[in-house]
Amino acid sequence: MAYPAGPPPPLPQHFRGRPLLDQARCQAECRACEEACPTQAIAITDTPRVDLGRCLFCTECADACPTGALTYSQDYRLAVRAREDLVVSPEEELRLARALDGKLKSLFGRSLKLRQVSAGGCNACEADVNVLGTIGWDIGRFGIQMVASPRHADGILVTGCVSENMRVALQKTYDAVPTPKLVIAVGACAIAGGPFIGRPQQHNGIPASIPVDLYIPGCPPHPLTILDGLLRLLDRLQAVSSRE
Amino acid sequence: MAEKAPKLTRIWNGSALPLDRVARMNMDGFQMAVGEAIARGWRVSTLFALNRGEDTGLELVAVFADDARATLHVSIAAVENNWFPSLTPACPQLHMFEREIYEQFGVVPGGHPWLKPVRYAGPFPGSATREIPDSPEIGRAEYFQVRGEEVHEVAVGPVHAGVIEPGHFRFQCHGENVFHLEIMLGYQHRGVEEAALGGPHKITQRQMETLAGDTSIGHGWAYCQNLEALSGAQVPPRALVLRGIALELERLANHAGDLGALAGDVGYLPTMSYCGRLRGDFLNMSAALCGNRFGRNLLVPGGVRFDCDVATVKDLEDRLATAEREITQAVNLLWNTPSALGRFEHTGAVTRRQCVDLGMVGPAARACGVEVDVRCTHPTGIYQFTTIPAAIAHYGDVNSRAFVRWLEIQRSLLFLRERLRTLPEGPLRVDCAPLAANSLVVSLVEGWRGEICHVAITNVQGRFARYKITDPSFHNWMGLALALRGQQISDFPLCNKSFNLSYCGFDL
Repeated sequence: MAYPAGPPPPLPQHFRGRPLLDQARCQAECRACEEACPTQAIAITDTPRVDLGRCLFCTECADACPTGALTYSQDYRLAVRAREDLVVSPEEELRLARALDGKLKSLFGRSLKLRQVSAGGCNACEADVNVLGTIGWDIGRFGIQMVASPRHADGILVTGCVSENMRVALQKTYDAVPTPKLVIAVGACAIAGGPFIGRPQQHNGIPASIPVDLYIPGCPPHPLTILDGLLRLLDRLQAVSSRE
Repeated sequence: MAEKAPKLTRIWNGSALPLDRVARMNMDGFQMAVGEAIARGWRVSTLFALNRGEDTGLELVAVFADDARATLHVSIAAVENNWFPSLTPACPQLHMFEREIYEQFGVVPGGHPWLKPVRYAGPFPGSATREIPDSPEIGRAEYFQVRGEEVHEVAVGPVHAGVIEPGHFRFQCHGENVFHLEIMLGYQHRGVEEAALGGPHKITQRQMETLAGDTSIGHGWAYCQNLEALSGAQVPPRALVLRGIALELERLANHAGDLGALAGDVGYLPTMSYCGRLRGDFLNMSAALCGNRFGRNLLVPGGVRFDCDVATVKDLEDRLATAEREITQAVNLLWNTPSALGRFEHTGAVTRRQCVDLGMVGPAARACGVEVDVRCTHPTGIYQFTTIPAAIAHYGDVNSRAFVRWLEIQRSLLFLRERLRTLPEGPLRVDCAPLAANSLVVSLVEGWRGEICHVAITNVQGRFARYKITDPSFHNWMGLALALRGQQISDFPLCNKSFNLSYCGFDL
């Protein structure tokens, strides 16, 4: 794979990257997309907002839109460093993940060992994290590796809505990682609960006791989206805006 | 007690009927009817409790599959005093269902050999009694134990070494030798069945597609088929074929991944490396259909959401031809390497008898010589018009489970070639009317792990009074436990991968 030095692998025709809203085409008082969204990711106000952390990248909003104002772009770059950066006006630039600072970058920039924890994940995020380890993507070439023990890890990569039954195990795994450590949330579930948002059996994603350093939205995020986020964090890509 | 067992109601996969036409019986009659069904060789597709919140009280619903005649048989029995005599001693395939009924509804299957937690889920809405003990801390239970000199216990999980879902495994070992493996799950419990109550909600289909995320098409199909049956919608032919294409692509991706992982677990890297990439190639073909590698949002009640235009058909045909050539080479490397096969053969064997007694399904059952495949025995959709012969092997070991996957890969590839060449024209979807009230429908779909069973029961408003989901893993986890008996503990990863069961599909 030529990426990241060369072009990224081609994305399919119907790929749903960052959602776009052309407000000029919105009808007055229309809230069809907001009403159709199954996770309340869209808020149509004076300045409409889409919460990419809640977004399942399903087709309900685009199907409901009477004027075709809401569409999905092919832009796969979605990872950010702060939760609030995922709540954006569709007009606004996405503040894509900036790289780790000095000390952390020198520690992890060329060698990042991660312990993966599935906490109520459906095995799709897990599969698309796993695929990065195969010969096609080969994240080993960036010094990134999934390790068996939290004691050997520089951080955890969390998938799933954090089921109540995994809450303690997730916390223990996090605690077992030596500091300084990173936390990476992969997928709508780990960020906000995904399709299970609000259900009492889970915690709407990673709890506050585990501070997150990188949010990678999607259901599941495409492997390219995950890799893009990891490389941005490690400063292996130019920190560019999404509108470059 | 009546002399003759009351008759169950005969239904078909994916056809709805009014609840008042389902055979209702008292518990004595139910016992006899279940006994007779088992004696006839019918399989238990699902058994569950429900409380419709009317004056009916708690009820049990049983669905049996008669694989020889393509029929399903259903009955409802009223539960009295929150108790019924356990059927497990006579019919081991009910053991987990009865534990589930106890955990969800507090109904005691009297005489059940060991009523342990299933998924530490706490009581289901409408459960019989608040006297159900609060769910203990996850993973806490009285485990099966072997005592004796030098016998020791190995505990693994919930967080595992690989990038996989959580579960807890307890091995009773004597040196390397495993006497028994006990599997405790529930860590992934997200309350999918509870969330469906009162539905369909606008989030319900998204939850069905993430029930077991590697089976988005399988579970999504079962869900859509239930809604279509309840609303009387006729899915157009083009959509039926596209669904079949998506389901077989899902099977190909997972089977290819499994063969690669099996090779990896015995240290045979060439097949592992090739198949790891080929799995991604198949996922990308699903993405070519609908934009998502797991097929999400392709299905919609009434049909499919995305068309497959001429250029996409051509593109898929080309990619399939390449993938077929490559996977044949990759897998033949494995079949031609005696040192790899030597690790597969006789490892983790389940006997045909054990398989039938446990009601196992899918490739794991077909590897024991049992011909259960919904596509052949209870076909719906495109499978009513074209047959994919069931792939059978006979030794029930890792090798047989691998070989069944290889046969299925070849047959799915053939199916895809034919279906893409003869894709019917016409509309993609029809609108679904509101759901019929007070009705029941059972949908079976042969997912890549085996039989997926979804039962929808509607209330007087045509909303879900109960939505029961049985993932194939629910039938099969005990099969893995038995496969480990007498094995080396170091063969656990290999045995586990040869089943490759779903944690979240079981945990719901």
